[in-house]
Amino acid sequence: MPLGKLESGVSAARPNINPVIQQDALADLDSAVADFERDQLLWASGYLAGLAVARATSPAQRPVAPAEAPAPASSTEPAAPWTVLYATETGNSRFVAQELAEAMSAAGQTAKLVDARDYRPATLKQERQLLLVVATHGLGDPPEGTEAFFEYLLGSRAPRLPQLSFAVLALGDSSYEDFCEAGRQVDARLAELGAVRLLPRVECDLDFESDADAWTKRVVEQARARDGVHIAPVHTLRAAPTAPSYSRRHPFQAELLTNQKLTGRGSSKDVRHVELSLEDSGLSYQPGDSLGVVANNPAPLVEQFLEYLGESPSADVSIGQEALTLGEALRSRLELTNATRSFVQAHARNSASADLAALADDPRALAKYLKSNQIIDILRQYPAALSAQQLVASLSKLTPRLYSIASSLDANPDEAHLTVAVVSYTRDGYAHFGAASNFLAAGPSTVPVYVEPNDHFRLPQDSAAPIIMVGPGTGIAPFRAFVEQRRHQAAVGKSWLFFGDRTRRNDFLYQLEWQRYLKEGALTRLDVAFSRDQAEKVYVQHRLRERGAQVYAWLMDGAHVYVCGDAEHMAGDVHQALLDIVAEHSGRSADHAVSLLSDLKTQGRYQRDVY
Amino acid sequence: MSDPSNKPVTEVEDIKARSAHLRGTLAESLADPVTGSIAPDDTQISKFHGIYQQDDRETRVERTKQKLEPDYSFMIRARVPAGICTPAQWLALQQIAADHSNGELRLTTRQAVQLHGVLKGDLRTTMRRINDALLDTFAACGDVNRNVGCTPLAENAEVHRRASRWAARISEHLTPRTRAYHEIWLAGSPLPGNEPEHEPIYGATYLPRKFKIALAIPPLNDVDVFAQDLGFIAVERFGKLIGFNVAVGGGMGMSHGEPATYPRLADVIGFCSPAASVAVAEAVVKIQRDFGDRTDRKHARLKYTIDDRGLDWFVDELGRRGVHLRAAVPVDFEQTGDRFGWSEDSDGLWHATLYVPGGRVVDNEKTRLQTGLSAIARILKGEFRITPNQNLIISRIEDTQKEEIQRLITEHGLDLWRDAAPVRRNALACVALPTCGLAMAEAERYLPQFIGKVEELLARHGLSEQDLLVRITGCPNGCARPYLADVGLVGKAPGRYNLMLGGGAVGARLNQGYRENLSEERIVDELDRLLADFVGNRDSGEPFSDYLHRAGILESQPHG
Repeated sequence: MPLGKLESGVSAARPNINPVIQQDALADLDSAVADFERDQLLWASGYLAGLAVARATSPAQRPVAPAEAPAPASSTEPAAPWTVLYATETGNSRFVAQELAEAMSAAGQTAKLVDARDYRPATLKQERQLLLVVATHGLGDPPEGTEAFFEYLLGSRAPRLPQLSFAVLALGDSSYEDFCEAGRQVDARLAELGAVRLLPRVECDLDFESDADAWTKRVVEQARARDGVHIAPVHTLRAAPTAPSYSRRHPFQAELLTNQKLTGRGSSKDVRHVELSLEDSGLSYQPGDSLGVVANNPAPLVEQFLEYLGESPSADVSIGQEALTLGEALRSRLELTNATRSFVQAHARNSASADLAALADDPRALAKYLKSNQIIDILRQYPAALSAQQLVASLSKLTPRLYSIASSLDANPDEAHLTVAVVSYTRDGYAHFGAASNFLAAGPSTVPVYVEPNDHFRLPQDSAAPIIMVGPGTGIAPFRAFVEQRRHQAAVGKSWLFFGDRTRRNDFLYQLEWQRYLKEGALTRLDVAFSRDQAEKVYVQHRLRERGAQVYAWLMDGAHVYVCGDAEHMAGDVHQALLDIVAEHSGRSADHAVSLLSDLKTQGRYQRDVY
Repeated sequence: MSDPSNKPVTEVEDIKARSAHLRGTLAESLADPVTGSIAPDDTQISKFHGIYQQDDRETRVERTKQKLEPDYSFMIRARVPAGICTPAQWLALQQIAADHSNGELRLTTRQAVQLHGVLKGDLRTTMRRINDALLDTFAACGDVNRNVGCTPLAENAEVHRRASRWAARISEHLTPRTRAYHEIWLAGSPLPGNEPEHEPIYGATYLPRKFKIALAIPPLNDVDVFAQDLGFIAVERFGKLIGFNVAVGGGMGMSHGEPATYPRLADVIGFCSPAASVAVAEAVVKIQRDFGDRTDRKHARLKYTIDDRGLDWFVDELGRRGVHLRAAVPVDFEQTGDRFGWSEDSDGLWHATLYVPGGRVVDNEKTRLQTGLSAIARILKGEFRITPNQNLIISRIEDTQKEEIQRLITEHGLDLWRDAAPVRRNALACVALPTCGLAMAEAERYLPQFIGKVEELLARHGLSEQDLLVRITGCPNGCARPYLADVGLVGKAPGRYNLMLGGGAVGARLNQGYRENLSEERIVDELDRLLADFVGNRDSGEPFSDYLHRAGILESQPHG
């Protein structure tokens, strides 16, 4: 196989396909698509593949190469298909996996995109080429809903996999101790089972995009290297013409309709109800989905960076090849709040700090440090005389923030509502800000957004099925969407909400709405836990336990259970409460409780959206 | 005059009737976690337990936008018969206020103590702790006899001791017998035993409206005895309390634009011995129970029962119930205001009457009432007495403690009476905005500013030491007894008041509506003009209100 497959710098967007197309025709094709955006190119590749299928003489189910073109001389059968498997919590892994599948397809590979939650582990034995994008959630756990896949793979039933080649991209957050743990486990286990590692595992931090892009590129190169250039029909193409045209990379500018504080005057928190217009965007969503917000950094925070540098916002800097002003870079392009390991490393070099360098190499200490220090804190604690460009180079790309959508689209056509806790506090004499929440709270006229679907946080198909919703704090958001949706449908299923916050007086999010829904019957029961309304702290899990008998009865009655909110403490405490409730009221063992909840998860009757 | 026979009873009567002796659904309301309020019907029942639901009217609109219900909280009124409490009780109340309310104790014009801003979730604990302090809140509000007042200080200590004991006896005798209070607040569950409950004095629907009793010890009429449904005026001979003149049918409340409603002074109908006072009180209450108008709450006080049927009928009805009064004994009143500062009684004990602006026990830049009174309570061997003018007397101070208490008073700036002009010290205002649901205008929060204007006027006319009684209420219901003031402001709308003039005369003369719906500027103009006239034409020593009547500026009216 001749063809520049090993040439460096082969562009995925302009593959060398000499064997099947004349130079002139190729030039025509090039000029026809010269002005195409990336999405359009991807679309066009699918379109051409479709034409190819349509012209196929063989009615065989399996698509073949165009009839006019002789089969590549050196390839007697189509290359082995690739499976791109992702395990995602926030949608980042899915995003990377989609881009990978598209890139593979564009490079002529057959690539099938699968969510680990939908993947039948038994099919592992049939796989030949597996690419995994694996997120780690919470404290080193696999993402919600992928437990079955992990249990199978890591457990004793997993088969030997000598036939399999694989590569793992692990996503994580270096402010957690067990950084990328799930990805590491998968990577190690597959090798242990005899599978062949195509590429060393790559671990990405919150600023995953550039690492993920690089890894994707290398995977595509590997694929080419494995089977040479091969025109394969596109099997999976996510950027299909029917897909919404707005995405993470091309967010929709949604008009801000409402920015209303929900917490009362005496509250220690500032939680906002934000309403956005999706009119004319073509965007749609279902209850349970999230909205990605591509926020600008808060102006006062940008100001702090400028002050630190002693630079004017009009200073020239560049990001990659692009020249822009420092102000613009800080405002809308660079992550200024969440620090990552790569930033710590870069700043260790910039500040010539051995301490900081050592910290970057100690995952445990680093995680602890990053939990309570933002980028600006690190800059201040390890002062360095940085040039604007040096700082810019050390920062990663601004990452979008996801918010569970708090509205039903049916009940609020053309709108998406969010419940946003505004993060803002003073530490060491400096104001600190959450990037997206302050952006929203400042009331911009438009907000760049995209929809991040979450098929694993969905109302039951059967609108008569009872639902139990546990959503303290801003975890209430998707349940407002759920109840609005069921109310809109006049669903007969019973619903039970557990809400908690600090005080009933000032922190009862959407109180008037819940009171109305209870009165109307759109909400059957509401139990609340306000931690600061009495001497002893009371949380939602306490209320669940108090109502254990009824909770169990609802479960036996087919109730679906949903949990949304804090992953660090609440989700685990609620899970334990559910285990104890099942054990106590079934009169059976703790093991029974474990297996019952695990069955509920498998059946999609126990879903969580925790962060 | 309405005809009770054809009209249905009020909704509140129905609520009382089905409340099962004041239980209502209070227990369920307390358990409802989704709201900081109690059920609408229970807001009527809770009053009998001394609890008013309120909400911050200033944040209503804002909170609706925030998808939050109104900012509900509760006012709890502790019953303090004759206004007397021990230092231990005072300390307990201060601590309860600090733990469960907005932190301030508030002294009322009925000599009770109020906590404000108690949240629903804290109600039961608060009530239990008040009970633990050997106080209660039962019947502090509602359609029953309320806190029985008594002139808190007399030169003759023995007369005061006896009068205040009768006040406590009357209070005790007229307390409802239902166990609902115990069940709901203290036990938290129904008490064992299910014998049918019986209210021997009140019956199942209690009284048609609130009922007020106070005892005055001349020459002080600080309790405004003629503003009470039932007033007892102590009669003293040879240093002993020999009995009481009995006055009936006083009351302040009226409604704007409803001439059938009016303030009324009580009529003195006779004299009774001290021991008979309890039986007199029971009989008067029962007449009101049986004949009071239950079809219209604006026409339900004893004063209307008496005016509708005649005073003679009332005296006859008392006779039919075995109460026969002797002829009233002439007595003289000298003042309604408090006697500030130090005084010594016939026992040789000392009393220090402190000026407590607005009845609010607070620490601020001028005074540290909260801290200072706590410090005093910790050492005081005597007692505290709340005055009907919302002030506080440190009472029964032994000679040996006098110096130390004087020191604490000075140290904490509790001697505000020294610098405040009489017009300021004696002024009264009701609570009004933002918490009172009835208020149409500011009162308590506005009083200091308005008094400032009056002080300027008086100074300009050379009248700074003039004892002018100013009272402001946010609505016409009369909580701060505005209709007995020399200058009464009765709220009509935000920033607008009806100006009432010509009261005074030690609480024995109602004032009259002079001008309606005035702004502050207009009120000040009117007073300026009248005071100029007064200074130019008064007789020597003539009070302002008397002058207004004599000069024909107000029409003279017979004493009610």
